[in-house]
Amino acid sequence: MSEWSIVWEARSTILSGLWLTCWLFTASILGAFMLGCLMLYLLERGGALAWLLRGFINTMRALPFLVLAYLLYYGLSQLGLRMNAVTAGLLAMIIYHGAYFAEILRGSRLVLPPGSIEAAQAHGFMPGSIFLHIILPQLLLRTRPLIGNQLIYALKDTSFLAIITVQELTAAANAVQATYFIPMPAFVVVILLYWAITACLELAVSKAGIFGKARGFENV
Amino acid sequence: MTEKAWMLLLEGAWVTLWISGLASAMGLVIGLAIALLRTARIPVVDQILAVYVSLARATPLVTLVLFLFLAAPTLGLSLDRYAVAIVALTINTSAFNAEIWRTAFLNFPRDQQEAALASGMTPATMFANIMLPQMIITSLPGLVNEMTFLLKSSPAIAIIGLVDLTRVTNRISAVTYEPLPPILAAALIYMVIISVLLKLQSLAEKMAGRLAM
Repeated sequence: MSEWSIVWEARSTILSGLWLTCWLFTASILGAFMLGCLMLYLLERGGALAWLLRGFINTMRALPFLVLAYLLYYGLSQLGLRMNAVTAGLLAMIIYHGAYFAEILRGSRLVLPPGSIEAAQAHGFMPGSIFLHIILPQLLLRTRPLIGNQLIYALKDTSFLAIITVQELTAAANAVQATYFIPMPAFVVVILLYWAITACLELAVSKAGIFGKARGFENV
Repeated sequence: MTEKAWMLLLEGAWVTLWISGLASAMGLVIGLAIALLRTARIPVVDQILAVYVSLARATPLVTLVLFLFLAAPTLGLSLDRYAVAIVALTINTSAFNAEIWRTAFLNFPRDQQEAALASGMTPATMFANIMLPQMIITSLPGLVNEMTFLLKSSPAIAIIGLVDLTRVTNRISAVTYEPLPPILAAALIYMVIISVLLKLQSLAEKMAGRLAM
């Protein structure tokens, strides 16, 4: 039996790893995105909280993802807060990438022309409504290449969770190679899977670009 | 946190620094070579390099490190852990650097190239004396940014048992049974190193802005 057919035989392990990776990735980027928008809204309001948030975002930008995952998984257990590896990993992903999303949106918010916001205020929109219906959609379409990059970073960061014993795709490749001793085919398959997911993400971003162009967001 | 724990942390920081520093330096040169080859548009080679860059950018570092560590012996290569870590980080960062260099290439003013060639420079002289000095300045902010990213993903080498700044916290807490202080201390050291890099990046941006190409 060739090595490749062994990988096919062991497909259930790899597929369950793929499933966990996709699930962790989707759940964490949705969470991170909402956290990022919330932080942006709070930054917009200003005050001491905004100042604290700036500090938090800058801290996250200066830390490797794995250190945050270690902090939540190993560090917090000292304070009696024990989480299983998947929960800690998911939480770390949400917090870490939430800060990055907030930073991306904030950067674009600083250069957003005030015209549309002033028009909305003149029409009597409430601040929350302006943020949700006027500011956020514009920021999203403007920052989509950066958001696309961040999604790819987030996908790649899920593999760090293998180090804190989450059984995701990289850990699954390792399990397969350890059982049958076929490191080459197992990892080639997994790397191609990561590549495929990245390609899908890139495709989605370019589709969003076409949508943005159609709605006239490109030449503002 | 005892003095011994701090010493261990600093040793871990040193491992992180020299491995990512070496990989970064090699990645700069290899990235430039890839960008040069790709602008030459040699048939087949160009496509192979495009696939290489795309694959290397899409592969998570943890997966790449583990793959090289496990698959190298089956190909008859005997690499120790440090060599595997350096090779993996170099593959990763060279792919990102190649794209940065290539952008600098593509955006290089055409009139300068024509002027240089019209003055009788050979393409090699033109590249070394006209293009490269300006390309270095324009790509520097992006390259330093990529170094920051490399440093932030360097804890991936922990998966093959290298004791870097992240992994060393496990060693310390295995003795003290208190994981929180060493992790926070490691975070602090990372923040110091990365803020130095961010400072360098803003300096590089100022320099590139002054050139105003």
